[in-house]
Amino acid sequence: MIELPSLGKMLAASLSREITLGFRNHGDIANPAIFFLSIIVFVPLGISPESSVLAGIAPGMIWIVALLATLLSLDRLFQSDYEDGCLEQMVLSGQSLYWLVIAKVFVHWLITGLPLTLLAPVLGVLMALPVEGYYPLVISLLLGTGSLSLIGAIGAALTVALRRGGLLLSLIIMPLYVPVLIFGSGAVRNAIDGSPIGPLLAILGAFLAVSLLLAPLAAAGALKIGLDH
Amino acid sequence: MSWQWFHRLGSPRWFYEKTSPWMPWLAAIALIMFVVGCTWGLAFAPIHSQQGNSYRIIYIHVPSSFLAMAGYYIMAISGAVGLIWRIKLSYMVMKCAAPVGAVLTFISLFSGAIWGKPTWGTWWEWDARLTSMLVLFFLYLGMIALQGAYRNQDTADKTSAILALVGMVNVPIIYKSVDWWYTLHQPATLKLLEKSTIHPSMAYPLIWMILTFYLTYALILLLHTRVEILQREKRTRWVQELVKEAD
Repeated sequence: MIELPSLGKMLAASLSREITLGFRNHGDIANPAIFFLSIIVFVPLGISPESSVLAGIAPGMIWIVALLATLLSLDRLFQSDYEDGCLEQMVLSGQSLYWLVIAKVFVHWLITGLPLTLLAPVLGVLMALPVEGYYPLVISLLLGTGSLSLIGAIGAALTVALRRGGLLLSLIIMPLYVPVLIFGSGAVRNAIDGSPIGPLLAILGAFLAVSLLLAPLAAAGALKIGLDH
Repeated sequence: MSWQWFHRLGSPRWFYEKTSPWMPWLAAIALIMFVVGCTWGLAFAPIHSQQGNSYRIIYIHVPSSFLAMAGYYIMAISGAVGLIWRIKLSYMVMKCAAPVGAVLTFISLFSGAIWGKPTWGTWWEWDARLTSMLVLFFLYLGMIALQGAYRNQDTADKTSAILALVGMVNVPIIYKSVDWWYTLHQPATLKLLEKSTIHPSMAYPLIWMILTFYLTYALILLLHTRVEILQREKRTRWVQELVKEAD
């Protein structure tokens, strides 16, 4: 009987593995960001290049695109590990799947959510976002993209055993994203209107805390079911 | 107290045979209640002072909205029971509750639109209740899609049970958030009838119709579940004998 490594060791090992894997595949990092940018280019072309029009829709638009970019990158979250059998080994390892999911989601956020957050001010300029909106935009994306990755992980785990799960994943996860979108874009809009943003950011933080607690649990359960299949 | 009934309840065969004699009774009572409720609501309830006769759609709209919400919880709870106690029957109820709930949500949205046109002058308004109902509709559609995506029934059952549970956490959050989103930006202008202001002569038929819808929901869910039982147990001897008898 081999003794299992401690939780900390396991977490560090899986984190470094995920980071190595994530950053080795340059496309995975660049694609969501490029997607994010190119959709924003469509907005002035498709709606109106008038800065007054753009400023009005900027908070919501940037948030919607962030949401779509996250969704787009989610179906790879567990897929490659499922295909090459790594996921099965992880389940068999006897380690808590909960922490493994957290490690995976954290790295997913690191290579999609964080770049989007950092890119957001640039998009704010392109979308003629009023100055008051920048700080809330970055903070709300920082808090919100974490929840998006965590909630999305549930969908990715539920559809892991399906060959073409991408569209289904979006279908089942979109409704669950509604609150994050409302409070995220609401915070930016409030800041522009001069209303308080503290409560909205607090609620986004609460979503992050709750999803950090519950989402990996659901995702871990779903992964086990997917492997039984 | 003996727990035998609980285990028996999990047996599809026992459930099917036990509910067989209920069906005609349930159907008859539901039908009578429906006819009585519709006549009461449509013909005898007084005309609304501002909305005239158009308010009468509440006798369909309100009960279907009630059941659309309650149906989600019925689905999620039966999914949880399936996951915890591994009761096959519970998964079947969960699976069958999804399309029934989706149809009820659709009826609620549709009848709301019909009601909205004469009273608010618009088919659709991004009002909190309307929006959260639409999101609920998408949640139901997601459940149906996930059920259909897996070929292996067992996997389909378990994954959609997890999705139902996740949704159960989310439904109140969506409801509250959409509520807040709306009230935060534009204060209510007109909108829905308040319950308390409804006159008893209008409220009694409404309560009657809500009860009717609950009963009808139970009936339809039972019918669906019974079909599901037959389909899943088609290889067992008791189903084959049952089919032979029917021939």
